[in-house]
Amino acid sequence: MKVLTLNFLTCAVKSCRTSADSFPLHPKDAELVSDDVELNPQLLVNLLPRIDWNALRTTATELGFPTLPEQPPTPEELQADEKMLQDLHKLLMETQISEGKLVCGACGHEYAVREGIANFLLPSHLV
Amino acid sequence: MLPTPSTSHVPYSRVYEPAEDSFLLLDTFSQDSETSFLSDRFPTSSPTPLLLEVGPGSGVVLAFLTAHAATLFGRSDVLTLGVDVNWFACEAAKETVRRAVKEAEEEEEAAAEGEVGKRDGENNGEAEGEGRTQNTRNRKSGRLLATAQGDLASPLRPGAVDVLVFNPPYVPTDELPTLPKELADPAAATPAVATTNDDSGKRKPVPKTTYAQDSTLLALAYAGGRDGMEVTDRLLAAVPDILSQRGVAYVLLCAQNRPEEVKARVRAWESDGGRWMAETVGSSGNKAGWERLQIVRIWRAVA
Repeated sequence: MKVLTLNFLTCAVKSCRTSADSFPLHPKDAELVSDDVELNPQLLVNLLPRIDWNALRTTATELGFPTLPEQPPTPEELQADEKMLQDLHKLLMETQISEGKLVCGACGHEYAVREGIANFLLPSHLV
Repeated sequence: MLPTPSTSHVPYSRVYEPAEDSFLLLDTFSQDSETSFLSDRFPTSSPTPLLLEVGPGSGVVLAFLTAHAATLFGRSDVLTLGVDVNWFACEAAKETVRRAVKEAEEEEEAAAEGEVGKRDGENNGEAEGEGRTQNTRNRKSGRLLATAQGDLASPLRPGAVDVLVFNPPYVPTDELPTLPKELADPAAATPAVATTNDDSGKRKPVPKTTYAQDSTLLALAYAGGRDGMEVTDRLLAAVPDILSQRGVAYVLLCAQNRPEEVKARVRAWESDGGRWMAETVGSSGNKAGWERLQIVRIWRAVA
């Protein structure tokens, strides 16, 4: 699963949906692999407005990537900043979590990731 | 005609094989009326759309929508995601998308090279030809973010989904199957046998399932309980929460699901923006006005 996926996912436990702590899920013992994907600047520019930047900063730091700036770049800044384009492309489009866990900050439930597939099925006592 | 993604690697003993319902979805998305609706709904100047298919099974629909994003949505910056209760479907669908995108990209490259060759012939200018390859390269395919195992759209953030696709278990059945505990995490719970199900040629451990377990996995893909609507009703209940304001859902229904009643219920949903719309946008098995299968598009009218 691409790292970007974490920006769109939350804990599957119903009572966590309204809790701010359930997003983003926190990777734990994550093994990362990198795919070679062609850079598409337009995709990154169009993606910016729908990224939760604070959550992405958290994810990047937790995965050991360089700290992202506090504020997201504007589309113009991003288009003109080759390094920022490359960095975001690497983090969002190329990096995949292949093994590990995703932990909810609200309820503490751990979702396993195996062969790049996260398992969000809940044990019966959490449904 | 856009090519149908290859699913020859999919283990049909435990993953639903593409059938009339899957192909109706492909046909519906290929119609001019649908491609123009989607490109109007998601103009290229608007943020990147996120597409979620719930229950992708073999991945044939998810792969089609991802590989041909530029043709179907009028833009290639479409991100896609599949959530299926069946682990084997998650694995198979991921591979189906990978193959379809690769095929679309190879075709694209071949077309670009043909274009360059033609121009070289006219101008005898190789440098110019190379420049053209870079600049006129039109990407066709979107990007798959992940496939994940889960119950319907439960792991999605509220308001995250722009295009939702659901080919549900719609057949009326006396009982609704439940996923056996050991299949919730087959890699951990069932013995693995070395086999291969991709074209890399390398053998890797794949969980071994029993015949009964496989039957349950297939039943989960078609058995819909009362009126064939028990699973669809749960998904519909989640639609207003997970769909973005501009979001659109495509849900397949069969005649026994009473599609007219379903549409009337959706139109009566409360809305904080534009009112809810539900229209049939594709159908098949048309016999004397009796449509066996249909695709219902659900969206909020622009307020």
